[in-house]
Amino acid sequence: MRKGQSWFNTTSVALGFAFLYAPIVILVIYSFNDSKLVTVWGGFSTRWYVELLNDQAMLDAAWITLRLALLSATLATVLGTLAAITMVRFGRFLGRSLFSGMIYAPLVMPDVITGLSLLLLFVSIDIDRGFWTVTLAHTTLTMCFVAVVVQSRLVVFDRSLEEAALDLGCPPFKTFFVITLPLILPAVVAGWMLAFTLSLDDLVIASFTTGPGATTLPMKIFSQVKFGVTPEINAISTILITIVAIGVIAASLFNKRREVERQKAERLAMQG
Amino acid sequence: MAAEAKDRSGKLRWLLVAIPFAWLLIFFLIPFFNVLKLSFSTRARALPPYKPVFDFADGIAGFFAKLQQLTLANHLSLFTDPRYVEAYLSSLKIAAISTVLILLVAYPIAYGMARAPREWRSMLVMMVILPFWTSFLIRVYAWIGILGNEGLLNGFLLWLGVIDQPITILTTDWAVYIGIVYSYLPFMILPLYATLEKMDETLLEAAADLGCPPIEAFWKITFPISLPGVVAGCFLVFIPITGEFVIPELLGGSGTKMIGKTLWYEFFNNRNWPLASAVAVVLLLILVVPIVLFQNAQKASEAK
Repeated sequence: MRKGQSWFNTTSVALGFAFLYAPIVILVIYSFNDSKLVTVWGGFSTRWYVELLNDQAMLDAAWITLRLALLSATLATVLGTLAAITMVRFGRFLGRSLFSGMIYAPLVMPDVITGLSLLLLFVSIDIDRGFWTVTLAHTTLTMCFVAVVVQSRLVVFDRSLEEAALDLGCPPFKTFFVITLPLILPAVVAGWMLAFTLSLDDLVIASFTTGPGATTLPMKIFSQVKFGVTPEINAISTILITIVAIGVIAASLFNKRREVERQKAERLAMQG
Repeated sequence: MAAEAKDRSGKLRWLLVAIPFAWLLIFFLIPFFNVLKLSFSTRARALPPYKPVFDFADGIAGFFAKLQQLTLANHLSLFTDPRYVEAYLSSLKIAAISTVLILLVAYPIAYGMARAPREWRSMLVMMVILPFWTSFLIRVYAWIGILGNEGLLNGFLLWLGVIDQPITILTTDWAVYIGIVYSYLPFMILPLYATLEKMDETLLEAAADLGCPPIEAFWKITFPISLPGVVAGCFLVFIPITGEFVIPELLGGSGTKMIGKTLWYEFFNNRNWPLASAVAVVLLLILVVPIVLFQNAQKASEAK
């Protein structure tokens, strides 16, 4: 019985992963297709990458998107970490359930509603739409994701370390930066990366909140795809996939290394 | 001195709460009331393209005069015009069917992952998350190349000899379902895996020792234990799918009616902002029930 079960398990996991990865693999392979038709293989070529490098509008959009993601992810990480600390540490306070509602609601809220409501806000307070309004919108959305990620780490955090520092006369602010932050750092880094990729990825909210001169890469890709499939999109997709894969692998290696070092330090402390 | 320090840290505490709280109030909650306000307005040939609803610029009298111009026409038209009714119903139908499909696809994957050798598990979780880090738009776009008439799927089926003529998948609801299941799968796998992984396997061994067939053991033991994961996963996918715009726009045809698409067109193509706002308000009202249920489920799992 045990054997039959594990055969079923292996097959379902293998099929599931094939489903998750096949489209991405196909996309990468066809980015090196010489043919203008996306589905007909015309031999290996890097011509779409060359064409991409000469497409100034696409490069501009990529540059805007990158700056936007760096800025909004950083803001979102600060705000989201504060929100997570509030949620975990401050027990009951007036408006706590409202606060927790405001943190969880954006995670599931359809983008069209969030985008529309932010746009109307910007219109009613009459600020020019563009780079900055998209930054504000992305910060708001992604800080909630950061808050949830950091919160899950804070819940399992050993508070006695902080209390010891405070008892020894370390000011609260310093305690946070010396003790708390390094211990929750993996979650903060993961939160930042999540915020960064969510911002890189967003089409709907950016479309609502942007203005002239701030066309993001997803908006550019979307409008090109609407005209018809072009192999250039495959090339830019492959570049983005590669960047993300490198980033995620680097981050997981970094976390693993920290974990190993932490365990080593713990062992030493125990022996000492 | 200690008391003074405590007092100072108390003030600091409140400042820390105030910053994210104020941010979310200004950029998340208040904008919803703004949408609600605008949904009572009427369209105008101006910039912005709607009649102001109320403000105190014209004094109290002006405020009341404007208040009287408010209209429920936008909301009512959503219930009387069959186009909108159809879009709402069709969104809910697509979201419900997709949620069930995603659950059916995700369960065996999550189960297999949770029963994989322990040293493999964290890598498997990583591999489920990895596609999620790559662009959603690009992953949906990849399906255009697969599902099209000259796409890889039709090519493959023709080569197999299952069909002798390409079948139309792209621009139908089928393509929308495939795209949705594909895009939202990780959101279901992860909560399911989290509950299944924690499960004590000796329960199944005990059931087997007592002569319970595996399938019955699954329904009587495994499935009830995984129920919190099932509930969390279903909410996580159902609500955003209802308002989905990108997938029906890229993979579906003109026959695919979804409310996210309707809102987008009212806003960008017809430039009817008040009506788009009303569409959002009614969609939000429909989603309030699952959102509140989701929040309660979150609170219950937090309390544990």
